[in-house]
This record gives sequence, structure tokens and C-alpha cells, in this order.
Amino acid sequence: MDLSRRDIFKIGGKLLLLASAGATLDEILGAAPPSEAYRMADHWWGMIIDIDKCIGCGSCVRACAQENQVPAGFFRTWVERYQVEEGKQPLVDSPNGAMDGFPPSKRTDLKSFFVPKLCNQCASSPCVQVCPVGATFVSPDGVVLVDETYCLGCRYCVQACPYGCRYLHPQKRTVDKCTLCYHRITKGLTTACCENCPTGARQLVDFKNPKDPVHEFLRNNKVEVLKPYMATQAKVYYKDLDGAVR
Amino acid sequence: MIPGVDGFIYPNEVELQWGLLVVLYPYITGLVAGAFILASLERVFKVEAVRPTYRLALLTALAFLLVAPLPLQLHLGHPERSLEMYLTPHRSSAMAMFGFVYLWYLMVVLLLEIWLEYRADIVRLAQTTTGWQRLVYKLLTLGSENVSPEARRIDDKVSYVVTVIGIPSAFLLHGYVGFIFGSIKANPWWSSPLMPIVFLFSAMVSGIAAVLVLYMAFMKIKKMPLDMGCLDTIAKYLFYTFVIDFSLEMLDLVQRTYEADESFRTLDFMVHTRLWGSQVILQICVGTLLPLVLLAANQLWRFSVSRRKAMYLAASLLTMMGIFAMRWNVVIGGQLFSKSFLGYTTYKVGFAAREGLLSAIGLMALPFIIVVVLVKLLPPWAEGKPSENVVG
Repeated sequence: MDLSRRDIFKIGGKLLLLASAGATLDEILGAAPPSEAYRMADHWWGMIIDIDKCIGCGSCVRACAQENQVPAGFFRTWVERYQVEEGKQPLVDSPNGAMDGFPPSKRTDLKSFFVPKLCNQCASSPCVQVCPVGATFVSPDGVVLVDETYCLGCRYCVQACPYGCRYLHPQKRTVDKCTLCYHRITKGLTTACCENCPTGARQLVDFKNPKDPVHEFLRNNKVEVLKPYMATQAKVYYKDLDGAVR
Repeated sequence: MIPGVDGFIYPNEVELQWGLLVVLYPYITGLVAGAFILASLERVFKVEAVRPTYRLALLTALAFLLVAPLPLQLHLGHPERSLEMYLTPHRSSAMAMFGFVYLWYLMVVLLLEIWLEYRADIVRLAQTTTGWQRLVYKLLTLGSENVSPEARRIDDKVSYVVTVIGIPSAFLLHGYVGFIFGSIKANPWWSSPLMPIVFLFSAMVSGIAAVLVLYMAFMKIKKMPLDMGCLDTIAKYLFYTFVIDFSLEMLDLVQRTYEADESFRTLDFMVHTRLWGSQVILQICVGTLLPLVLLAANQLWRFSVSRRKAMYLAASLLTMMGIFAMRWNVVIGGQLFSKSFLGYTTYKVGFAAREGLLSAIGLMALPFIIVVVLVKLLPPWAEGKPSENVVG
């Protein structure tokens, strides 16, 4: 919240007047009370992705673009199609990030599957490490965010991200990326991509919630993160991730 | 299909994030570090033969250092926020240290050393000139007009200490630029502990070559005789440094080829296609092997003065171009391939754009203009005499 000196005096005056009446700080500041108390320390967000459930429809990409006003040609989330032939480099495509799904494959004899991608919300994030002013950071609830009022637009973080998840917003001239729909998840909602996935291939998870199905999912499935050798402590887990996926 | 894209790249990778101006940044800081190290040869290592270029080398370093932050400033999405790097630096960021290393080098090393070296001249000029020139020199004395032998002795001692501090500082300035690239684990083209060392030696090579070219140019303009002993010595040092630089780069190449890790196929293909012209032809053949041959020939045989001059000049100009190509190949090459290792994108330099060719040409011309002004203001040589320093 931006507070001018005038605002501080106003609030100070209100504080003096209202403190005796037992008003809460939020009432004094004029902010709407949250639907339920959200404590960052109680959460540690991530995502699980079931590759076999993804049908490559692109609903997640469209929902994300709409929800977050993602500029055309850039992607906070996208879907890749892998077509793998034995002993060969995989054929990969992602036309316009799969915004409109995929054209039918010309080959039917290949192992084929879809891989949704988004920021991996790394706990040990190389993008956060390199930011010269600390404009990008891991929030206490485990989401990698960018303060667009602070970002210099130097793009060192874009270079440091091993997964290609960041871009320079062409209008704002600051770096932009998936926020895991922070404005939604802190209100008890799920992300736009998860909400719009027709098959439930992607699910928002909270590792700090003992009742979250993620614990059972991780216990019962073979999972992997992207590029584990990068040691970024990524928090987006993929079920049955194929070795061909980059 | 997206134009300019071959194979599969992550959809956010189509545009290059660091363009021509970011190529200029390591090139310019390299020239600073190299010129300073050449100056320190005379000051610390007592290589008397290069004395005629001592002052010119310092002024060259200053001119390029003044321009060094400009390409970065132009490149930023929000240049007005760049001061935040000083006010709220992020301690884990290699880039955040740039401001501090830069200021340290500019204020503590270069300006101080130049001032101490020129102090006696400045005092003399403040007394002999008139009008606005007198005012400028008066200001430059910083109120200290004592040029007694005792005071000069102290100047000399302090200046020596500053140069001794200056050498590791010059190493820091450019080694650090190498670290900015070398520490990015996401990018196999950059990620290498050799990067700071390679940057350092290539900096020395380009800086020495730049001072050699500027020395020859100024002598020609001022119609002063070239000190061939000086030229021969600089060429010799250029040769030795270049041999080390080239060996390090080849070591890196051999290591990558022999290890052939998962990125190798992609990078190898890139060198054979998109980077063939700028890396193999320009950087290695024309910008490294050819000048090395010219310089090596002078170590083996004795040529006539006019031939030597031509060979040194050609070798230096080719070297400067070769090192520029090297910076290009590092910065641009590192962004032409996808981090998926499955495809490539293309870089097109804009012409009149903010980060385009015109800006780059302007930024490259600026330090040469500054050097001419500095040489006018603080003459490195006594006019009309053979190229010797002004005796203070």
C-alpha cells in the first residue's frame, strides 16, 4: 500500500479517535476485511501434474492468459507435445504455447504425450539469486513473485531461469512470470489453470497442509521435477515424467 | 512456425533478452582493464620501454570507464531505477556488485592515479594558462599547489600503492564481468569457472591492442616520431597475453568437446551454423590466428620499421575486432539455442532502435572522443619532442 505523509497523518488521527472504540487496524486503514484470515506462514504452495491426464486442449493456457492479462506472444504457462521415436531426438511442438490446442499429429506410430509447463516455484531459485535489487523473491508461502514497481528490467533473471518461464512484459518493461495466481490462492481459490483443466491434470497443492492430497500423491506415485540436476528445489511435481522431457 | 526459429524452443525464448548493447558492456570494460594493466607494466613492473604510453593508457582506461555503464543503462527496461542497485543491492546477485566495483575502480584507482601522475602538470598549467582553461586547471589542482620535490616524492609513493591496488582491482572489474556469465548454471554456453579468467586475458589483449592503435594514431596526428622500442615491447606483451588467452579458450573448447555432455550436440551444431561466421571465421581465424601470426613473425624475424608498424597496426586492429567477436559470441551465442537443447532462435540487430546499431556505434565512438578531449586537457607527451612524457 502506498501511503503519503498526508495519509499517515489522517490514519494517525483516526487511530487516536477510534482506538478507544476498539476498532481493528483494518477498519482504520479502510481495507476490506479478508474473507478468511490468510497467514502466509501456514502455506507452502506447489503443483502436481499428471502427464497422462493432460489432453493438450490448451484450456489452462487460455485461462491463464485471460486471468492474468498475459501479453500476446508470451506465456506464464504453456503445453508441450512430445512425440518420441526410439533412439531419436524427441519431436516437440507447442504452437503458440498450445493456446488453441494442437493440430492432429502426422505420425501415429510414436510415443506421444503432453507436458504442461509453468514456473516451478523453486525454493532455491536461481532467478531470485541473481536479481540485482531483490525485486524478485520467494514469498513466505513459497511463491516466486516479481515486484513490478521495483524491477529494473535488466533480465538477468530471465537468463538464470533454466525452464524459460520468464519474459519481459512489453508494455510494463519489467519481468513477468507465473504468480501461481497469488491473488486467487490467498483468497482460498485455486489457480486459473487448475480450475479450467477439464481432466484435473494439474492441481494446486499446499505442502504445509497435512490434509492436502499431495502427501498421498507423493507417497503412492513415481514423481520427478523438471531438470532435477539444476538443484533448484522445484515445487512442481510431474507424475511419470518421461526422460525425453526437457 | 515462428520465423527465425528452428526446432523446438520454449515459447518465451523467441526474443533475445540481451542484445548488442550488452555485447558492448564486457567489450568496453575489457578495454578499461587491459589499458590499465598496460599502464601498470611501467609503474609496478618497471618496464621502462612502455613509458611513452603510460599516460595515454591511463587516459584510455578512464575514457572507456566513463562510457562503460551507458550501454547497460540504455538496455534496462527502467533505467530510472538503476540507482536502486546502489541503495538496495541484493547481496546474492553478481550483478548488484557492479556499481560498487565500478565506483571503486573509477574513484579510488583510476582518478586518483591520473591525478597524482598529472598533479605537477596541472599546477604548472594552472599558472601558465589564461581564461577558462586556467579555471579548469585551477579546479583540477583540488587546492593543492605544492609541487616541491618532497611533495612529488610522496605523490610517487602513493601513486605506486594505488597502482599496486589497481592491478587486482582491474582483475576484479573484468573477472567479475566474466563471473556474471560464468555463474549462470542454466546456460551451458556460459557456465564455466574458466569464464572470468578467459574474460580477463581477453580484456588485457584488447586493451593493449587499443592503446597501441591509439598511440600510433596520436603520433601520426601530432606528427611526432613513434618510439619503436616502445612499440616492439607492447607488441611483445600483446603476443604473450594473446597466447595465454587463446590457450585458455582452446582449453575450454577441448574440454567441452571431450566431455560432450548433454548440451554438446546443440552447441556444436550452433558453432557450425549460426556462429560459424562470427566465431570460427571472425573470432578464431581473422581475429586471433592472423594477428598471432603477425605478432609471432616479429618475435622470430626482424622486419624494417615501416613493415613493423604496418604489421603491429594490422595485428592490433584485427585483435580488437576478434575480441569484439568473442564478446558477441559469448553474449549472443548464449541465447541463440534453447535451454531445451532442441532448437535455435535468431538475433536481428535493429538499426535506429534504442538497443540498435546506431546506439552501439555512438557508444563505441564516445570513448574515442573522450580520449581526444582528455589528451588535449592533460597532454601525455611534451609537444614537439620525441614521444616522451612531460617531466613534472
